[in-house]
Amino acid sequence: MSIPDPTSPAAASHQPVGIEVRGVGKRYGRQTVLTDINLSVRPGEIFVIMGPSGSGKSVLLRQIAGLETPSAGVVLVDGLNPTTPEARSRLTIALVFQAGALFNSLSVFDNLALFPTEHRLYDRATIRDKVMETLRMLSLENAARKFPSELSGGMKKRVAIARALMMEPQVLLYDEPTSELDPVMSATITEIIATLRKFTAVTTIVVTHDRDLALTIADRVAIIFGGRIHAVETPQSLRESRDPAICDFLHPAIDLEKPRFKQLELANE
Amino acid sequence: MTHTRIFLTNVGEAVLLAYRSARHLPTLPRQWHRVVEQCYLIGYTTLPIVSILTFFIGAVLALQSGISMKDFGARQFIGSLVGESMARELGPVMVAVMVAGRVGSAITAELASMKVYQEVDALVMMNIPPERILVLPRLLAVLIMMPVLTMTGNVIGWLGGALVCRYTAIISVDYDAYFQSLKQFLSVEDVLDGLIKAEIFGFGVVLIACNVALRTRGGPREIGTAVTRAVVAALIFVLFSDFFITKVLS
Repeated sequence: MSIPDPTSPAAASHQPVGIEVRGVGKRYGRQTVLTDINLSVRPGEIFVIMGPSGSGKSVLLRQIAGLETPSAGVVLVDGLNPTTPEARSRLTIALVFQAGALFNSLSVFDNLALFPTEHRLYDRATIRDKVMETLRMLSLENAARKFPSELSGGMKKRVAIARALMMEPQVLLYDEPTSELDPVMSATITEIIATLRKFTAVTTIVVTHDRDLALTIADRVAIIFGGRIHAVETPQSLRESRDPAICDFLHPAIDLEKPRFKQLELANE
Repeated sequence: MTHTRIFLTNVGEAVLLAYRSARHLPTLPRQWHRVVEQCYLIGYTTLPIVSILTFFIGAVLALQSGISMKDFGARQFIGSLVGESMARELGPVMVAVMVAGRVGSAITAELASMKVYQEVDALVMMNIPPERILVLPRLLAVLIMMPVLTMTGNVIGWLGGALVCRYTAIISVDYDAYFQSLKQFLSVEDVLDGLIKAEIFGFGVVLIACNVALRTRGGPREIGTAVTRAVVAALIFVLFSDFFITKVLS
């Protein structure tokens, strides 16, 4: 697999960086989504945040990406608050959105070329070469002239990853990278994430509830329940964990005699 | 009190958006292609509907006023009435109304869907300010195209009036008399005042559309709500500001 050129101007100052999340809370009106989140992600680490739907994983990722300001606490990426213009100009943080967030009015090629073109990182020929190299790396070279509306779900995810790679990021954030994908494509995306880290040493945070992805590629996994961090463990520790909440989340038993939705109904009554 | 606060907040945010967009003016040479694309969308695609609208406004104006003026023996002044009304008032206002309905709604729908589907967030992550590539080219394009649309609308309105005067038996004013009257009373200042109005209307309409769109929150349903909100706000802006601009210019 090819990788972003380490001798490029963009990569010159792009070493992986650490991330600190200190006492972060997030409220929307009266609804509290995150409470007192404390995490430390080491440079070059693959850190996975797992949790059930609605537990606040994606909200936490948006705080780390600098797209939202926490209601309490602080996020520091390489010591900088990622919402500030200074951090935006000094750091390169790429986010692979859950639905891809590709620019629908641009072709796949132009989606990838947008970042280096707007920031005038290279001349036009070099940008073309880099885009095609990145597309080849993700087996997308035949999709260069297609528009996002012509792509399948798996291709959209790969294009979104390719677009993130064009930024030659120091931090790469993934929001549910394998959601809505078939098992083979999920495995492919998992391999891509692991391989990219191997070659680029980028600091990676993956938000997912895909157990296979998390336990296969993570250096450490944070489990988040109800907007609070429940545990931060290595995949090995998680596999061996006796914690009932973790066991139930990682290996949910399907009991047709006592289905969960009935228990939830009873609890609500 | 709440409505006043919301109104003032919206005005403040629109002004800030204009200011933040203006800060990216030095990047214009690199994004002329976006300005040209927006000129095409705002100007060229709006021209047919503007032509139809202003033709019939000129025609109806001549017909209505022609019948009344004939009773006073003032048929020879129909050209000046249609000319001044189109240039100073009806041309810029009607073009602005069309731009609000056609262009304002399209811009709001496009940018609001980009916001809802996180394309705007993707730009922020790339450290590409949305104001630079989404707002500035549209504002500049409308400033370029509004005078073109308004002037075209004026001329077609005048021609509509001339045709009605020539071919309606009860008015029966020939082309020479119509255009003689139009030239005699219509000054360059009248036309320029109309173009100044058109520029302010167009800028306001596009700024409101962009501001409403970029503040859209929620799901796809909010896109439709944003479009309605933007068009209503733009139309109110056109009619409201028309009064004050007319007062200042006169």
